[in-house]
Amino acid sequence: MHDAPSQKEMIAAVKAFIDDTAMPNLKGHAAFHARVASNVLATVLRELEIRPLAENDERERLSSLLNADQNMTISELNLKLCELLRQGELGLDTPGLLEHLKTTTIAQLSIDQPNYSGLPSD
Amino acid sequence: MGVPRDCDKMGRQDDILKGLQDWAGQFYGSGATVERLVRLSGGASQETWSLDVEHSGIVDELILRRVPGGVSVARNSEAIDLGTEAKLLGCAEHTVPTPKVLKVFDPSSEIGEAFLMNRIAGQTIARKILRDDVYENARQCLTAQCGKALSGIHAIPIERLPTLPKSGGLDQLAKYETIYRGFDIPRPVFELTMAWLKKNQPQPVDPVLVHGDFRLGNLIVNEHGLAAVLDWELAHLGDPREDIAWLCVNSWRFGQSQNRVGGFGHLNELLDAYEASGGQNFAADQIDWWEILGSLKWGIMCMIMYEAFRSGSDPSVERAAIGRRVSETEIDLLNLLETRA
Repeated sequence: MHDAPSQKEMIAAVKAFIDDTAMPNLKGHAAFHARVASNVLATVLRELEIRPLAENDERERLSSLLNADQNMTISELNLKLCELLRQGELGLDTPGLLEHLKTTTIAQLSIDQPNYSGLPSD
Repeated sequence: MGVPRDCDKMGRQDDILKGLQDWAGQFYGSGATVERLVRLSGGASQETWSLDVEHSGIVDELILRRVPGGVSVARNSEAIDLGTEAKLLGCAEHTVPTPKVLKVFDPSSEIGEAFLMNRIAGQTIARKILRDDVYENARQCLTAQCGKALSGIHAIPIERLPTLPKSGGLDQLAKYETIYRGFDIPRPVFELTMAWLKKNQPQPVDPVLVHGDFRLGNLIVNEHGLAAVLDWELAHLGDPREDIAWLCVNSWRFGQSQNRVGGFGHLNELLDAYEASGGQNFAADQIDWWEILGSLKWGIMCMIMYEAFRSGSDPSVERAAIGRRVSETEIDLLNLLETRA
């Protein structure tokens, strides 16, 4: 299959159209939604960059935290983690749990809201 | 598509204007005229209109709060109706800076379910209040003023209040947990938080009137500080710490995280002012459980707004995008829980 233009190039082209052409011609509510649309495309571009590696790391951490079968998918692993947390089998005192959740959430925010005030400021 | 809707809109605005003009004639006398009627917000829950009444060379600046379309429909099961909100403003006016209610319209009137109150000058946009030079003095006073206003709300005798929903911390936790489970989108940080909140329930205190949404955005601030407390529609009987903690939730610090109280103040100063004006003596760590609950609630509220997109009921890009703000509350929750590990 072809990738000229690539996903990234196509999204960047649409984002540039919104920013440089559409937005200056819109007013009020429509201009607001255009800005949101541009931000969503920026999120997608960050996700294409960050997610593959971050999700792979997340899967490895989850496997070792849950001592799980290597064949489990990331959504199966997260579902399992949720069950164990809900039942109280895992909690704040579980070694490695907070570190895992924090690393995962920071990676998620580096896609979703990279300037959020709750992120560590180092 | 635009034509019938605009006609409809004009019709409604004309009806509102006529209803207001009739009221002004009775209230001020026959020479009074209603001028500059403008819709201010398209709030999902209530309409807000601005208007002036001119009578004997005087201009009275007013606000009309109105149920969308003038007819109330079952919406947020938690929200109180406009008539109750108007009664609450009356109960609060001696101890809390609030607008004064001038008239409550009957749901069967021309205007529909609505009330009129005086318009208070000032700013509600959080980022301006937190950053603009003109509010520098206001920011110095605001923490103590909020402590005093909160103790004023919590001191109103329950027997004087209209009928309100009762909702304690565990009621809210159960309610939001049910909503979260209904979405079937598992989020480990929320699971950890809910289990922790259940395991670490605070000692209950006597129920008081809780405002339910006391934060920047719902407060009018002028150069001297707090001018009015608005948006009482989430008021209920509950735990006073809920209001104090909601103001501390990081989402309501609007980027100024270093100031735990609303992005402008420190919790000890707020609690001192709260107690000095008659409120209970709370220590800062008694607020933590409620702040954790508050962040969880806001996270699930963001999921609710995203659900409107997912279900197709509001296909806007804005509703889609808000789903990517849930992770903000996850980092806030982890930062709060980390200190408890």
